[in-house]
Amino acid sequence: MAFKVENLTVYYQTLRGDVRALEHASFQLVDGEIMGLAGESGCGKTTLGHSLIVLFPPMKYISGRVEVDGEEIPIWDAEGMNTHRFRKISLIPQYAMNAMNPIRKIGVMIRELLESRGVHYKDILPELKRRLDLVALPHEVLKMYPIELSGGMKQRMVMVISSLLNPSLLIADEITSALDVATQKAVAEMLVEFRDREFVKNLIVITHDISILYQIADSILIMYAGVLAEKAPTRSIIESPRHPYTRLLISALPEVGVRFAEKRLQGIPGNPPLLLNPPTGCRFRERCPLAYERCLEEPPFIEVERDHFVACWKEYENHAQAG
Amino acid sequence: MLRLDKVSKIYRVGAFGGRALLAVNKVSFEVHKGQVVSLIGESGSGKSTIGKMILRLLNASEGKIFYNGEDIAGFEGEALKNYYRQVQGVFQDPFSSYNPIFKADRIFKVVHEEFFPQVSDAEWGERVEKALSSVGLNPAHVLNKYPHQLSGGQLQRFLIARALLLNISFLVADEIISMLDASTRIDVLNLLADLKAYGLSILFITHDLSLAYYISERAVILYKGNIVEQGAVEKIFNTPLHPYTRMLMESVPRLDRKWEKEITLVERDVENLRRGCPYYHRCPVGEKRCAVDQPPLVEVDEDHWVACVHYESGADLVKPLSLAGQEPHTVV
Repeated sequence: MAFKVENLTVYYQTLRGDVRALEHASFQLVDGEIMGLAGESGCGKTTLGHSLIVLFPPMKYISGRVEVDGEEIPIWDAEGMNTHRFRKISLIPQYAMNAMNPIRKIGVMIRELLESRGVHYKDILPELKRRLDLVALPHEVLKMYPIELSGGMKQRMVMVISSLLNPSLLIADEITSALDVATQKAVAEMLVEFRDREFVKNLIVITHDISILYQIADSILIMYAGVLAEKAPTRSIIESPRHPYTRLLISALPEVGVRFAEKRLQGIPGNPPLLLNPPTGCRFRERCPLAYERCLEEPPFIEVERDHFVACWKEYENHAQAG
Repeated sequence: MLRLDKVSKIYRVGAFGGRALLAVNKVSFEVHKGQVVSLIGESGSGKSTIGKMILRLLNASEGKIFYNGEDIAGFEGEALKNYYRQVQGVFQDPFSSYNPIFKADRIFKVVHEEFFPQVSDAEWGERVEKALSSVGLNPAHVLNKYPHQLSGGQLQRFLIARALLLNISFLVADEIISMLDASTRIDVLNLLADLKAYGLSILFITHDLSLAYYISERAVILYKGNIVEQGAVEKIFNTPLHPYTRMLMESVPRLDRKWEKEITLVERDVENLRRGCPYYHRCPVGEKRCAVDQPPLVEVDEDHWVACVHYESGADLVKPLSLAGQEPHTVV
């Protein structure tokens, strides 16, 4: 397995106690898998992404292990991670627009970045230029300041920088949300291209826009209130979701072709729980139309079908009955 | 009800405002009573500028905006206040619409003092509760709280409730859904649709085509401040004609269809195109004449208008052009 997370739990320390932003996350990716990570704001998707890169206070590591290419990554050790960041695991940040140093020319910035990792800029320059061609950026951008680039160009530039050392895992955090549909499509397709050309082995694409994931992801992981709800191949998540939350979420998405006058869509009543003192048992219990007594206990995240994992007691029972 | 007549907006940009930026170029359209019109465009298309001009937050550089037959630029004092009693806006980021130091319900108090001083406190309290219930909020849960204690969806509904208290008949909704989560987003959208049934007209500004299709009857597609296509929403979505609209329709991520592999992306280097079609620099079917003349908006079908040279000649051409496989025309 190229990438594996086991029982990862990360809290945020606050004056009023620990915010339990991510609990008992376990999943794995096969080589070449692009996994989408979706959920509402505050569900822990960015926490999961960032904990794999920079676990700084107020984030607090509680438990769990992360493996990349069979090797354990010390995510609890901010210093020790230095050798792995950028090389093994890399991140395209949410605000790529502001991710570059505004007072350095882009080429100079890349040189400094590479030298901090002990790589010579000259050695990598030919490859860098090839990749600029691939994302349709002129080589002159290396002599320009970030302010001279448009939003879509900056996004593509940051994508090239983040994947320059061919990391095993690349995490893209909401990189398409600030872009126009046409640019959005181009950027999303470039991510797939990076995987196809083996610049990166695995990709985790964090977004709240499930329709983008439908276009590019091989599998989708749905989170709710800090816990994993469902992970399955993209088609299964969209066409036959099993967790009640996933079902409600998918049915609440407006699509081109659906009109109010013909079909009134429904939202999900209620709000996600606060994670300072989250409810015991299933965290979706209070909003779930199917909830029953057993939901007072925490449901396990089990494989109910090949590659289809769900944390729901109803599904657990159906699965147990079936065999 | 509300009519824009060749409205333009020119911003002065650059050091000392030495350069002029044409943000909105001779835009004309109408919104009737009880109608939802979507204004669709990318960032920088001038859609928010149009909303702000309707709300008198910006003045139009050229052209006129009529509300029930009256030019809104002439409103002052009492007349302007009366205008705001009927026309209100809700914006994208609900958090920045509130002063974080005061409780969120202060916005209702201000409306009370400014517009309804004759109404008693007790009666006003009832009205506020009624407005909050009609936007799907439980007054006991949301009153007396600071903005940070409420969620984005709640704050956004607060602002709509505030607009309802004024008995408005026209709402400018500028990207009001894009900051909300998928699960609450649809509730706010349904709320708008319900209000429409009571006769409220809405200008729904968005970049999300599926939301526009869900809620509106008419759509106006903007590109760089120019209307490129407008008309009945089914016609625009089912038979988009302008190359820009078609590119938009093809790139929007959908759950029922995967992206087609390639769309022809064209980038023509056009130095400061002053005349000609605004979309020429990216258009896959652009021709020489497109660089010279800006095509007018012509009606090609009942309530379906397009500004593209390929549809100038008449109604027999109302068939989408083939965009793929054509060699982009190079500029001489």
